[in-house]
Amino acid sequence: MNEFLLTLIKAFIVGGALCAIAQIFIDKTALTPARILVAYVTVGVILTAVGLYEPLVKFAGCGATVPLTGFGYTLAKGVEKGVRQNGLIGALTGGLTGAAGGIAAAISFGYFFAVIFKGRPKN
Amino acid sequence: MNTDSKTYQAYAKAHAKRSPMARDIVRAFWVGGLICVIGELLKLLYSSLTIPEDLIKILIPVTLIFIAGLLTGIGVFDNIAKYAGAGTLVPITGFANSMIATAMDTKSEGMIMGVGAKMFIVAGPVIVYGTVASLIYGVILWIAERV
Repeated sequence: MNEFLLTLIKAFIVGGALCAIAQIFIDKTALTPARILVAYVTVGVILTAVGLYEPLVKFAGCGATVPLTGFGYTLAKGVEKGVRQNGLIGALTGGLTGAAGGIAAAISFGYFFAVIFKGRPKN
Repeated sequence: MNTDSKTYQAYAKAHAKRSPMARDIVRAFWVGGLICVIGELLKLLYSSLTIPEDLIKILIPVTLIFIAGLLTGIGVFDNIAKYAGAGTLVPITGFANSMIATAMDTKSEGMIMGVGAKMFIVAGPVIVYGTVASLIYGVILWIAERV
């Protein structure tokens, strides 16, 4: 049980820190949320490529995979698997194959919730 | 009253209102951290249901996206996001909210050019840059393995 508590604490600290860093950028610079998210996913791919993100995932679990850098990690891991299995074509298909579940979920839930719930159009 | 400047500074520091930025960072930290903890708890729940690890990795973001969608739909997510800032933006919940909120808000512009198109106003760039970056990495990896 103690070990599980430690897992939660590690996820909390790493995940919280990744969000806090983004908050600093939002407050200190004029970066819009869209730019922050693009930066995070790209940095996630790059850090995975140079081998720095995998250790963070091993250490913090969801603390590293749930923030959007983790989306980049999923894309990069998918590409690694794709290249190993299918060569150069795998470089093309691997990323989105790895991230397919999340993307399809966001698109479909977005669609269904938009049908069910009434939006609040901004004036 | 003989308060020397050092003690005064310590006093002022202790009683000063925390700057909005420090407050923002603390909020982003604890809410963002909590969302990641919820991810770990989902992992525990799914492994207790003997779901294979590969599927759990997919199910965790899918569940968080669903919860974020539901909270967006009933109008609660906006209030949490206003409090937490980057704390709800950076986790996968922010990605989901950007799609679901814009889809809902653009219903009046039609189901095709409203919901169908505007959904990607924030998520589109994320998918574009993520995919392109991963493709570049894949090509470099492919070449590196051949050299």
